[in-house]
Amino acid sequence: MSVTEMFSYIQAFLSADQEIRADVLLQDIRKVVQVLEQTAREILTVLQSVHQPSGFKEIPSKCAKAKELFCTVRTQLGELKNKFPVEQYYRFHEHWRFVLQRLAFLAAFEVYLESASLMTRDEVAQILGIEVVRKKGFHLDVEDYLAGVLIMARELSRLAVNSVTAGDYGRPLRISNELDSGFRLINLKNDPLRKRYGGLKYDVEKIEVVYDLSIRGLTKGQEETSRAVGCGGVGLGLYPRLAPDLSITGTVES
Amino acid sequence: MPVFQQELDTKHDKHERLVKLSRDITIESKRTIFLLHRVTSVPDVEEVLTEANLKLDGVRLNIRMIAEELRGEDLHQFHRAFTPGIQEYVEAVSFHHFIRHRTLISLEEINTKLVFVKEPEDTPEGQQPMGTPQVLTFQVTPTDYLLGVADLTGELMRMCISSVGNGDMDTPFQVSMFLRQIHDGFSYIGNTGPYEVSKKLHTLRQSLSKVEDACYTLKVRGSEIPKHMLADVFSSRTAMMDQDEGMA
Repeated sequence: MSVTEMFSYIQAFLSADQEIRADVLLQDIRKVVQVLEQTAREILTVLQSVHQPSGFKEIPSKCAKAKELFCTVRTQLGELKNKFPVEQYYRFHEHWRFVLQRLAFLAAFEVYLESASLMTRDEVAQILGIEVVRKKGFHLDVEDYLAGVLIMARELSRLAVNSVTAGDYGRPLRISNELDSGFRLINLKNDPLRKRYGGLKYDVEKIEVVYDLSIRGLTKGQEETSRAVGCGGVGLGLYPRLAPDLSITGTVES
Repeated sequence: MPVFQQELDTKHDKHERLVKLSRDITIESKRTIFLLHRVTSVPDVEEVLTEANLKLDGVRLNIRMIAEELRGEDLHQFHRAFTPGIQEYVEAVSFHHFIRHRTLISLEEINTKLVFVKEPEDTPEGQQPMGTPQVLTFQVTPTDYLLGVADLTGELMRMCISSVGNGDMDTPFQVSMFLRQIHDGFSYIGNTGPYEVSKKLHTLRQSLSKVEDACYTLKVRGSEIPKHMLADVFSSRTAMMDQDEGMA
């Protein structure tokens, strides 16, 4: 085979099998991902309204609305699945990684609001209508699932603070820091996931709201948990630092 | 959660192992290339080639281990881990091939050398019928092949220059012809190829012009200067060229 022949063979391969097809594929994939991102934003807007004082009472209806939107997500993901050969998942992974993490977060958040439990990867995958095992087709990568869970941790710490402002003192107690101990079991490499995990400790710290509540006796009548005591113990030395929060809780009380 | 720990650890371990294999392949391929550069100054070319081939066999054992790691995995998930090693291997193999045959090794020829037959293990009787050796293949992707060939041109340039130093009058012209063909090939692919190709194309042009200048010198000055002095003329000229490059 001469040099020229060899190069035209490679060129044919590149254009036929890779580039041209990849370009078309990419365009298709990008289009679907864009639509997915739009839906994800809609869900986020719906769910985020729980941070509003009035939103806490409407959690069930918000969840119902989010669930409807997840139906759209399922069809859109179904479309995405058909855009490329399944064995090339990791070739294009980057293009939907971000939105998939978002969706994992949204699904987990929605279920958390409903049932106050952490969703397993299988459940998330089920809500999104995708697989867990690579061999079976379009799947939810572990790292993406974990990233989604970490985004949720941030959202929950925010929710804990806001639910107190809205006068719901029971919720922060239920938002626990089990997540943190779970993630500590994982040996992370120095990658984006690790970076995100680094932020988790601040989220955990923020749930010190529990401590604020417990020293003021606001947990009375709420479920008494050992976690609250644990957090209070950790937080003791921090009391002066949290003084500004007094005014917030104060207004709520009055 | 321990499930996730396990799953992530397994994946990371595999990645690390692949990176290590890739490095081993790179190192050994580089050594092979250095060895091959000796052909210009050694009387027995065949001996060097045989030795290089032995080294390459060692490299192929490593590639076989990569193939074993990748069994049942998604190639694209781990490709980044071992692509440098594979490119280096392509470079070494094609250099070896060029020295012997003065042609470009084809992607197919490379791939056929990467078919490994796994000896049937001594399985407990009754489990698998004997005599069905498992075949394990590793496919060099066209992109890796292309990038490896682009690296090859740098080696060819070195070989060309050093062969002039030894008074070899044929090799430079052969190399320059070959390089020109490869250059034409790359121009043909142009920007339809992957991004890295266009970067390497620039280096390829530099190598090509060095070789072409060398041939020019040989042609013009070769008829005037006695052969034994040619090496001196030539080395002073390349020194001048290097200086120019440093200033640019």
